[in-house]
Amino acid sequence: MTTAIEVNCATGEVTERQLTTEELAQREVDAQAAAAAEHEAEVKAAADAEAKASAQSKLSALGLTADEIAALSK
Amino acid sequence: MPNTFTKIAAVTVGAGGAATMDFTSIPATFTDLCVKLSGRSARATQQADNLFITFNSTTTGYTTRVLNGNGSSATSANYASRYASNAVDAAGSTASTFSSHEIYIPNYTSANYKSFSADSVSETNATAAQSDLVAGLWSNTAAITSISLLPEVSTWVQYSTATLYGIRNS
Repeated sequence: MTTAIEVNCATGEVTERQLTTEELAQREVDAQAAAAAEHEAEVKAAADAEAKASAQSKLSALGLTADEIAALSK
Repeated sequence: MPNTFTKIAAVTVGAGGAATMDFTSIPATFTDLCVKLSGRSARATQQADNLFITFNSTTTGYTTRVLNGNGSSATSANYASRYASNAVDAAGSTASTFSSHEIYIPNYTSANYKSFSADSVSETNATAAQSDLVAGLWSNTAAITSISLLPEVSTWVQYSTATLYGIRNS
């Protein structure tokens, strides 16, 4: 499904064509960038969750209740 | 501010899907351009795909500032890419739903760099849904004569449609 639907605004003609080699290469670059960004976001989310759990555990060890800990993030 | 919208052209994706929807040979007879897009990406599993916009087949010189909300959190980010939204409905969204996007491009024939703005919302029967506002700059002085609209990861599904309007005082 590597086609482009193209409408010529001067003539109104609609054509369907295969993507060029350059366009296919750019799509590959875009897909790799998206995958990298997604992986980076997942790693960050996991690190954030781990840090939050660690902070809550330490606060709990200091004697704060669950409600008091929750109030800190409001 | 220009106040009259004129439909220039529209395109609808057929049964085979398409990687991009392109407007070419855009006339220089308007002040601004506006694209209204209803789209859905074939991206597997995920609820959303990103929308990329390309002017004059040039893939460089783009920077964007994004504000995004998903129903539970709000974020902002900068991108040095053709990013115009992350709210394109994908396979993880409710079947047969389509996201809505509007992209506005003022002064598209000027010899200055081109700004654009985009606002988008996804559609799905779930707690989390995407909406975003994008402020973009294409650091290029050429008049815009073509626009390509593409999902970053996958392809447009059938019935995705885009309409290009020209705006001027008349």
